[in-house]
Amino acid sequence: MLADQDRIFTNLYGVHSPYLDGARARGDWDGTAALIANGQDWIITQVKESGLRGRGGAGFPTGLKMSFMPKESDGRPSYLVVNADEGEPGTCKDREIMRHDPHKLVEGCLVAGYAMRAVAAYIYIRGEFYREAETLQRAIDEAYGAGLIGDNACGTGYRFDVYLHRGMGAYICGEETALIESLEGKKGQPRLKPPFPANLGVWGCPTTVSNVESIAVIPAILRRGATWFSGIGRPNNTGTKLFCISGHVNKPCTVEEAMSIPLRELIDRHCGGVRGGWDNLLAVIPGGSSVPLLPKQICDDVLMDFDALKAVQSGLGTAAVIVMDKSTDIVKAVARLSKFYMHESCGQCTPCREGTGWMWRVMNRLVRGEAEVPEIDLLQEVTRQVEGHTICALGDAAAWPIQGLIRHFRPELEARIAAFKSAQVQAA
Amino acid sequence: MPTLTIDGKDVTVAQGTTVLQACEIAGIEVPRFCYHERLSIAGNCRMCLVEQEKAPKPIASCAMPAADNMVIHTNTPQVKKAREGVMEFLLINHPLDCPICDQGGECDLQDQSMAYGKGATRFHENKRAVKEKYMGPLIKTVMTRCIHCTRCVRFAEEVAGVEEIGAIGRGEHMEITTYLEQAMTSELSGNVIDLCPVGALTSKPYAFTARSWELEKVESVDVHDAVGSNIRVDFRGKEVMRVLPRLNEDVNQEWISDKTRFAYDGLKRGRLDRPYVRQDGRLREATWAEAFGAIAANVNGLPGAKIAAIAGDLADLEAMAALKDLMANLGSPHIDCRQDGARLDASVRASYLFNSTIAGIDKADALLIVGSNPRIEAPIVNARIRQRWLAGGFRIGVIGERPELTYDYDYLGAGPGTLGEVASGGHSFAEVLRGAQHPMIIVGQGALARADGAAVLAAARQIAETYGMIGDGWNGFNVLHTAASRVGGLDLGFVPGDGGLDVEGMLTGAQSGAVEVVYLLHADELDTSRLENAFVIYQGSHGDNGVKHADVILPGAAYTEKNATWINTEGRVQLGSRAVFPPGDAREDWTIVRALSEVLTGGKLPYDNLGALRRRIAGAVAHATAVGDVVPAEWGAFGQPGLLGDAPFASTVTQHYLTNPICRASTIMAECHAVIEPAQEGTGTHG
Repeated sequence: MLADQDRIFTNLYGVHSPYLDGARARGDWDGTAALIANGQDWIITQVKESGLRGRGGAGFPTGLKMSFMPKESDGRPSYLVVNADEGEPGTCKDREIMRHDPHKLVEGCLVAGYAMRAVAAYIYIRGEFYREAETLQRAIDEAYGAGLIGDNACGTGYRFDVYLHRGMGAYICGEETALIESLEGKKGQPRLKPPFPANLGVWGCPTTVSNVESIAVIPAILRRGATWFSGIGRPNNTGTKLFCISGHVNKPCTVEEAMSIPLRELIDRHCGGVRGGWDNLLAVIPGGSSVPLLPKQICDDVLMDFDALKAVQSGLGTAAVIVMDKSTDIVKAVARLSKFYMHESCGQCTPCREGTGWMWRVMNRLVRGEAEVPEIDLLQEVTRQVEGHTICALGDAAAWPIQGLIRHFRPELEARIAAFKSAQVQAA
Repeated sequence: MPTLTIDGKDVTVAQGTTVLQACEIAGIEVPRFCYHERLSIAGNCRMCLVEQEKAPKPIASCAMPAADNMVIHTNTPQVKKAREGVMEFLLINHPLDCPICDQGGECDLQDQSMAYGKGATRFHENKRAVKEKYMGPLIKTVMTRCIHCTRCVRFAEEVAGVEEIGAIGRGEHMEITTYLEQAMTSELSGNVIDLCPVGALTSKPYAFTARSWELEKVESVDVHDAVGSNIRVDFRGKEVMRVLPRLNEDVNQEWISDKTRFAYDGLKRGRLDRPYVRQDGRLREATWAEAFGAIAANVNGLPGAKIAAIAGDLADLEAMAALKDLMANLGSPHIDCRQDGARLDASVRASYLFNSTIAGIDKADALLIVGSNPRIEAPIVNARIRQRWLAGGFRIGVIGERPELTYDYDYLGAGPGTLGEVASGGHSFAEVLRGAQHPMIIVGQGALARADGAAVLAAARQIAETYGMIGDGWNGFNVLHTAASRVGGLDLGFVPGDGGLDVEGMLTGAQSGAVEVVYLLHADELDTSRLENAFVIYQGSHGDNGVKHADVILPGAAYTEKNATWINTEGRVQLGSRAVFPPGDAREDWTIVRALSEVLTGGKLPYDNLGALRRRIAGAVAHATAVGDVVPAEWGAFGQPGLLGDAPFASTVTQHYLTNPICRASTIMAECHAVIEPAQEGTGTHG
């Protein structure tokens, strides 16, 4: 279990003031100028050595991503874009940061933005986060007022602006290039890569898009040292992580824990256990709706980190743990996710536009069992035809939950088909 | 110059080449729907997926830049599976109504499903249906067939320069539509029909009239403006069924204007299919012999000075040459091809050509437009200007009207006063021209077809010479014509000889009695009421303005009905071909003149076939044999420096869709005129 002194987000539950006075009391903005004085290379090296991996879902090493930004400008400014369009079903971690500890994010923007030689940070916040946007905006205004950002950020002479941009509620705008398009005022549709945002991002300028949590933890890493951060968790899966546990647990919560904590310990210690006890567990979606679910026998001893979950053909994603007990209609649950992806597909590229609708329709019939057994294989094949063939990862995200369902609950699907058939026969 | 390996073959390609293009260079076909050479890369159809070694996923070859040491496979089971998968997805919501689809037989989806698709469907859900969208009088939509490749969206935005087509909705509810379902207000809108890889956007006028495989095709040249767009005329029996563009990088690339594409129904309406003779004040049908007899009765014995001839906008080179010879034989110096009264100087060829050529626009870095609205006078040239403007570093100044063009420009002023300021260096735009490497000027007929036209021409020449538009390998002086016949007429010298009258002089002479016989060759855009007192011979294809006061009508051929030579505004010699025969008794135009010459005293022309006539033309106009090419013209002195008037320049084309007899006979053009032109004029608040 994570020791209290190792926690980064010490106001996760909003007990204290989220604003500048409270933030200063928690150690934010303490010696920021000194951190900056260490130079860009030092910051990036520290982040690299800390082993921080992107907290938005893909887990790409944050320091490496920062180092892709040009060291010398060709005349174009560089930008940091913070992805605060937290829309992954089950995920509610960035929201807690923005409404209860917004200065961590603002300070992170300055430090990370400075390290990548950015002139400004654009925080693209989910449109539904109305209050969160208010709080965050106030924090930004406070930081400007206190001279922490702006013309002479923290007295370092570095000019750095932070802008808040509210999205309009499309899931796809959380995809980094669609987010850039949306930020530019266009229809939120992912761009082709290459060129990558580090070359050609927002308004055609070098850009890094990072998750709120990834940026917000950077000042703490710099203050406490990379080795402190990398000492938590397992190698390659280091640091602390916000976990959002929802579903059939006694006390759903968002909690900061050490990376690689066993799933069972996470649920038992922080959420009061599975409703009706551990043995009542049916399955867990460990990382937000996009990752394949895990049946109970895997959940028994799996660790919550990137590599361990990948090894069991799932993923850490956003660490949004959705717990389902035995009262769950697992087919219906996954069908509901399929509907979500169909609804949120941007429609740009063929496999996702056509495939998500097809998958949902078959899933919908499978809920009732109104299908033939070979259609399970057909569905599996359709998911394979979508996965990896699309412009962005939404196609993969639509395919994986179904693949997880078929992998672990095929007998359930077959039983439903059989039950439906026998009911038909009886009715006749 | 990256070198990559494609299917085991090493290919070296230029920097910036995509993998798909590299595959084409290697001779390997990669299927695609959304990719188009002239549009930006969308990468959304996913049909062009290929396998790249060391890449975790198949890559979209259309979007991936070729890089050194890339190893690409296009024929592996993984690639085959990916293509079959994409094809299956495209087809699950496609209606498969090929038997009743106009795209059938020339459909990318149909062709590629034969090559890359599976034989049977596995999709047993209901198919999506999408409501049709109204896109104007030209484009028929069956949006259920749409595969969302967004070629039409990109064309509208990038080439046509009107952001009027877009996609609304998300996911499988994404629909392509025009803004508020209004007609697309572009002169190039019909090109989306060619671009659409399926039958979602098809030609409304052509709908259900023919199947592509039953059509015969000839390659020809368009005459609705002076661009000379390369076209293919598709016909069945004696009917022209449709007109399509033909690739020519130097002229129209692969676009044609809506007028070029859709005015063909005008070829079937209002045609002159037999000779007429006026008797007792009324026109009556006649035989050729009667018509020629009536002409002979009025012409023979008349001094040449009393006979005049005007060649109109749709006259071909051969007919003009024959008529010029005939008039010379009759001793008349009164010939003119400048129907609109433009003060063009036929003696210096460079003075009336689009010297920099249309493709030369790509090279220019500053442009001054004088008295022209290229968007309606020559949409293809306008698209080329936009293409250059999009590339950046291209300042454009406009003197004249303030049209809504498809690029930003500096509006300098309305009339000759501003032109004079630029010429004398007193205007700020002069610095732009001076600073440019390849500056160009486009002078429209609106600046020349006026009393001070020769002075305007001189001022334009001064600008060209002052600002370095004339130099080694570059001539930035351009006249943009609006008539297909004009450059040919000027090349032939179809202009008044010694003591000859120009068009205005002929009309005045006809009123006063100084001119007694006027021969109109495809000339309709005149105030023919001024010809009332003269004996008027009208030779042309349509019962349009020119026949109103005609005493004899000789039915000629339209451009799809004759083998003829056309010289476009650049001076490019191009051959039009006959698709169908002229209707009824109508004949190819030069043969009419030749036949008529037999009955006129001293008129007989010395050639009996097209070859002989063309040899005669080549004797007078050497470059007429250089088919397909532009022979650069020598620079010289032209124009008459003089007092410039005060009147603002105004384009000679006011009704883009109704510029010639063929358009005016076309119901489709009439509908475009009614629907699209008011929309382009803007709202009432514009005054």
